[in-house]
Amino acid sequence: MKRLLYRDPVTKKRIVHEQELPFLRKQQRVVFGDNTRIRPDDITDYIAIGGYQALRIVLEDWTPVKVINAIIRSGLRGRGGGGFPTGIKWRSARKAKQKEKYVICNADEGDPGAFMDRSICEGNPHRIIEGMIIGAYAVGAEKGYIYVRKEYPLAVETLSTAISQARDCGFLGGNILGSGMMFDITISRGAGAFICGESTALMASLEGRVGEPRAKYIHTVEKGLYDRPTVLNNVETWANVPHIISKGVEWFTSMGTGDVKSDPWGGSMGTKVFSLVGNVNNTGLVEVPMGMTLREIIFDIGGGIPNGRKFKAVQTGGPSGGCLPESMLDLPVDFDRLTEAGSMMGSGGMIVMDENTCMVDMARYFIDFLKDESCGKCLPCREGLRAILEVLTRITEGEGKRGDIKLLEEISRTVADTSLCALGGSAPNPVLSTIRYFRDEYVAHIRDKSCPGGTCRALVHYRVIPEACTGCTACAKVCPVDCISGEKRAVHAIDETRCVKCGACYSVCRFNAIER
Amino acid sequence: MVRDTEHELMGIIEDMLSVKEGRGPNGRVINEILDRNGNDPTRIVAILQCLQDRFGYLPREELYLISDLLGLPMNRIYHLATFFKAFKLTPPGRNTIKLCMGTACHVRGAGVIKDAIERYIGVSVGGTTADFRFSFETVRCLGCCGLAPVMTVGDTVHGKLEPSMIRKVLEKYR
Repeated sequence: MKRLLYRDPVTKKRIVHEQELPFLRKQQRVVFGDNTRIRPDDITDYIAIGGYQALRIVLEDWTPVKVINAIIRSGLRGRGGGGFPTGIKWRSARKAKQKEKYVICNADEGDPGAFMDRSICEGNPHRIIEGMIIGAYAVGAEKGYIYVRKEYPLAVETLSTAISQARDCGFLGGNILGSGMMFDITISRGAGAFICGESTALMASLEGRVGEPRAKYIHTVEKGLYDRPTVLNNVETWANVPHIISKGVEWFTSMGTGDVKSDPWGGSMGTKVFSLVGNVNNTGLVEVPMGMTLREIIFDIGGGIPNGRKFKAVQTGGPSGGCLPESMLDLPVDFDRLTEAGSMMGSGGMIVMDENTCMVDMARYFIDFLKDESCGKCLPCREGLRAILEVLTRITEGEGKRGDIKLLEEISRTVADTSLCALGGSAPNPVLSTIRYFRDEYVAHIRDKSCPGGTCRALVHYRVIPEACTGCTACAKVCPVDCISGEKRAVHAIDETRCVKCGACYSVCRFNAIER
Repeated sequence: MVRDTEHELMGIIEDMLSVKEGRGPNGRVINEILDRNGNDPTRIVAILQCLQDRFGYLPREELYLISDLLGLPMNRIYHLATFFKAFKLTPPGRNTIKLCMGTACHVRGAGVIKDAIERYIGVSVGGTTADFRFSFETVRCLGCCGLAPVMTVGDTVHGKLEPSMIRKVLEKYR
């Protein structure tokens, strides 16, 4: 039996209980811990673990203002990336004069490398629905929408089932739990546009228009969907609401950093789910209290970098976040610290990169993504990103010129300052943060025409080290273009003219006989 | 897609006439889709999604029919159909390969996988093989980054890919 137990890669000890796993030990699974305790397609499971109790409390004893004040005092801030205090948003929407109001759940999780919202939608849909009903009660909305990304068909299915069950049980529809409150939720499927995660773009798309953002001189809490006051929150934000009500504000503020007693912007409370992926041993969703350091998350929970390689950078906040180097590993993770460091919380993507990652190529990758996803409405974002991409591509192809770094910084600042929405406003982050922390890599590409990470193909050359080659033929077998020649047990050679630089030989060689 | 040639214009007029004259074969299907969405022009995105679920792409004639029935100008529909990445205006192959180019996949070598797929099927990203066996597209994050690099063929997920596995995986799909 013992041999089947999980072995800690660091201490080599066998672990008996699930909770002792280093991956789980430091986590505090408030938001999605219940995923493992319930069947998502059965409302009675959710009710059995205390679900919809918060809603009952609110409808029986609380006034909407009391709900809003509790949320403000809890210091809950938007988990989708902006970090705007949820309670303040609700209060503005409550104050708005128009009668008809809407609440929206943003489940258009478009950040590559992140799947927190998906896991909650698919694993605990009622939690979101309960949060939305409480929110609707607080602001006075009668209609809600959940906007789900098209790549998540299972989430659509689970949420649909959950909504119809909630309707059958009297949690949705007219006269909820006999209180006279009316509220219902409709699901809307996205159609594959990253920009639709932006609030005004999402609302445009719900109205059957193209998902282009608009300037927000007038906030969406006053004029949002169909020009009505609208509260839009992220999946994780909604999922936090029921717990804040049922377990209390004190419980929620016991986790986190800063002080939100007088100022809801004063700190980051509660937990945050991160999707820890990339070059790290334990990949997956981790939920930790705000304020844990990057080092604890990556090395204690994530188990460090695989294959004995060295840590190089961690990228937080999705494509428009920033890359942080080793020297920043002791940074406590919360909304404000990450922004100060030139990155952001974003929706919680956390991508770890090892020494074989090229930071210039990473910046190029993110800008390439954002250029594709820019809606094209405003010029700085549309043309600026294209210009940045051109320069970055030139650098990764070995054609970089002196002055390119300065040029990049200049365009980046213009794009950040003058774009219409947050996509353009934060898009240059990957460029600026990599220049800030990994300037030497840019210099290496431009001046020395070399790529320290070894991923920029134009700058990389593969060569067999004759002294180390044993002639095992492993490299020749994996070469996709058959450009490696050599007899068995004799030194092999790579034909550089035909080499496509895929790196397959490099990764398969067990004798470190291939260098680049 | 810029429609500037006279030939294309004639094609569009021809299409319109054929729908008007009831020659289009899918009128009933369209009406059913519209009814399901309450004939509501604000639900146009959902309507286009239903249309694509049914045909695998957005056929031109049917788009004109929808434009007519809902009273929505064709340029609105075309704007939506080209804005959202989910919509296709050309018919896809029998098996659609969706290779994830999300960050985690990128870091773990999705670029090399892309080359390997292109070499095997002989078509680059965005293309469909001449025999309609494969369409190849890249997507930004399939939401299962633990399996990176990952792709889906039809509805089947293939994770932890290496360039050497591509031939074996794709061979099965006819």
